Amino acid sequence: MLSSPTVRTSLIFVAVALISLLFADIAITASNPWRDLGNFFLGVLTPNFFSSEGLMTALLRTVAFAFVGVALGSVCGFLLSLVYRFLPVRIFCAFIRAIHELFWALIFLQFFGFHPLTGVLAIAIPYSGIFAKVYSEILDEADPEPGRLLPPGTGTIAAFLYTRIPDCWVQLRTYTAYRLECGLRSSAILGFVGLPTLGFYLESSFSQGLYSDAGAMLILFYVLIATMPLWVKPKILPVYILGAPFFLGEGLPIVWGNVERFFTEDIVPSPLRDGEGLAGLIPWFNDLMINEAMPGIWNTVILTQIALVATGILTLLAFPLISNHFGGPVRRTSGHVFLVIARSTPEYILAYILLQLWGPSMLPAVVALALHNGGIIGHLIGRQTNGIRLRPDAPTGFNRYSWELVPRVYRSFLAFLFYRWEIIMRETAILGILGIYTLGFYVDSAIQNIRFDRAMVLILITALLNIGIDALGRYIRRKLALQTMPTC
Amino acid sequence: MALNLIRKLMFSSLFCFTAATASAETFVFTAIPDEDETKLVERFKGVADYLSQELDVEVRYIPVKSYAAAVSAFRNNQVQLAWFGGLSGVQARRLVPGSEAIAQGVEDEAFQTYFIANTSTGIENAEELSALEEELKGKTFTFGSKGSTSGRLMPEFYIRDVFGAQPEEFFSRVGFSGNHTRTLRLVEAGTYQVGALNFQVWEKELADGNIDTDAVQVIWETPPYPDYQWTIRGDVNERFGDGFKERVTEALLNLDDQALLESFPRSGFIPASNDDYEPIRKTAEEIGILD
Repeated sequence: MLSSPTVRTSLIFVAVALISLLFADIAITASNPWRDLGNFFLGVLTPNFFSSEGLMTALLRTVAFAFVGVALGSVCGFLLSLVYRFLPVRIFCAFIRAIHELFWALIFLQFFGFHPLTGVLAIAIPYSGIFAKVYSEILDEADPEPGRLLPPGTGTIAAFLYTRIPDCWVQLRTYTAYRLECGLRSSAILGFVGLPTLGFYLESSFSQGLYSDAGAMLILFYVLIATMPLWVKPKILPVYILGAPFFLGEGLPIVWGNVERFFTEDIVPSPLRDGEGLAGLIPWFNDLMINEAMPGIWNTVILTQIALVATGILTLLAFPLISNHFGGPVRRTSGHVFLVIARSTPEYILAYILLQLWGPSMLPAVVALALHNGGIIGHLIGRQTNGIRLRPDAPTGFNRYSWELVPRVYRSFLAFLFYRWEIIMRETAILGILGIYTLGFYVDSAIQNIRFDRAMVLILITALLNIGIDALGRYIRRKLALQTMPTC
Repeated sequence: MALNLIRKLMFSSLFCFTAATASAETFVFTAIPDEDETKLVERFKGVADYLSQELDVEVRYIPVKSYAAAVSAFRNNQVQLAWFGGLSGVQARRLVPGSEAIAQGVEDEAFQTYFIANTSTGIENAEELSALEEELKGKTFTFGSKGSTSGRLMPEFYIRDVFGAQPEEFFSRVGFSGNHTRTLRLVEAGTYQVGALNFQVWEKELADGNIDTDAVQVIWETPPYPDYQWTIRGDVNERFGDGFKERVTEALLNLDDQALLESFPRSGFIPASNDDYEPIRKTAEEIGILD
């Protein structure tokens, strides 16, 4: 078994996670975590839908920001995907998608302030980078045959529109729809930094222990996502997209002088701003690296590795819940509900809830990341097993699981896991805003102290770290010859 | 049908635009989110109503999610007035030349931070912080917000000053609860063993019967320092007419609605100046929060 490269890779990653555990800060510090958790679930069971008059507006804004942000992102992403073969474009896209929506929002908040543009760009920019990459992958997979059959002299644009697009149309549409769902999650969490979406009210209710109010908001959010196939129809999509900009709220007017100030003063390293020149820059940078960047990187990497393996374990445990090869319809339905809830709840909200209940440590973050990502991959793998036909005399129960199904799906399981590695790291960094000492913690501290120069350097470091992990993940996938279609 | 819907949307958007132009002359203010949001919204909506009555302009309060967001909104001229803490006020006035501290609470001249501990630690109240060194060492500790004066700046200053160590070195775990009410709840629940908070929040919650004194107690009180104040931008007169700043100051100093004052809680507002906050600036520079 050890001779198999996939098993060896898995074991290496498990070993790294175990070593990371030695250095990680894993603890439940709340003195009565189970009572709090109980209170929370009681709140979800007794939701109060009439707590805040702003709740319906917040839901509307959440949807509006998601539509505008994702629409803009998909148009820009599509245009970028056409020139994605050029290295500078690829680097640019990798860079903009390596910075999390919340970081973009924190940056735009500094000069656009509470204007709708802040939220729209925070979603549209990283999504453009993601769309560009995935669209170009989809377009590359298109069958080249129809193009060859065109008469000579056919224009490039016509050829593209009539041969490539029809072949990929379904995949492009499916992926864009999936992104819209992600957009709703991103939009919701933007409220945590002050934009008028669901997170704004969720944060207030939670921090005050108003679990029934928070429960109502979560339930509405799940309903919103679960009913998407009913209200997002291709025919009325143009209406949504044209209408959404008018429901973003008015916010506060933009003062354009602030934009210039941000780029010409705020983010210039303070020694340069104060005229100390390059001599002052080196100690400034060293101080930043030693006291903030290094501890941040260390904690981010440790937490990512633990969360990655925890996600893998959870996925392997969860996929049988929805697999046709086990159990009856009751188990599968509840399995579906569990996985839908796990993957519809943004990691950030899950981590926030668990941090409130268990107290600060890396544990809530690990559990949140594993639940969300395990929910997504578990769902995909579970669905994949439903396509597997076993012999009529195949073993049942645990033997069926361990000898028939897991070996058959293991490669795609690993592919999905490495695909999400970079996503897990991006989320890990951002969870620092909640008080775990990852890079996001130091970014948030710098912003709280109005030191945008430091914040920008730390965000750049976070982006580079992400790009590195992304490259490593791709390298391992190529090495192990793991294939995925970008559906997760 | 779709056309009809589009028409409706266009129509409603027209309203949005007119609303936006009308709000151009709205006087907007904010406050640092130092307490539970419901309380803040209730309190500052009252202040907005009072000010709009006194000043004859539309006054709007916008809630923010962090101290820095309050400072940024003020700096970006998206709000023209703010109820800042000592430190956030110093930060804001440094960033906006010409802005002024115009009024502070009566209690803000001599503000205090209370160190509180969960009773399971067995730590008793002491006159001097140095007397608690043995007992506090290695405990878990929470500040309030990272940008708070009473919840972060002053307690961190005294921890460094008295114990000669950074908080992360002295305590086994250091957190930032986010605001004073949450610090109180977290220490009360034992999530953190020790915490530091705004003494007014403690006194008010105590008077309202919201504190389980069998679970949490005050263990040390800092010496007094200046804290909260109303700060206004220097360019409000150009935008809202001559003498506007003076009228705002006057209105705040004359606020005598007991219920409203009670919600702060302050017994009244008195004049303040930028120089009152020099000690805060020096302390912030000393511990490296300000450059």
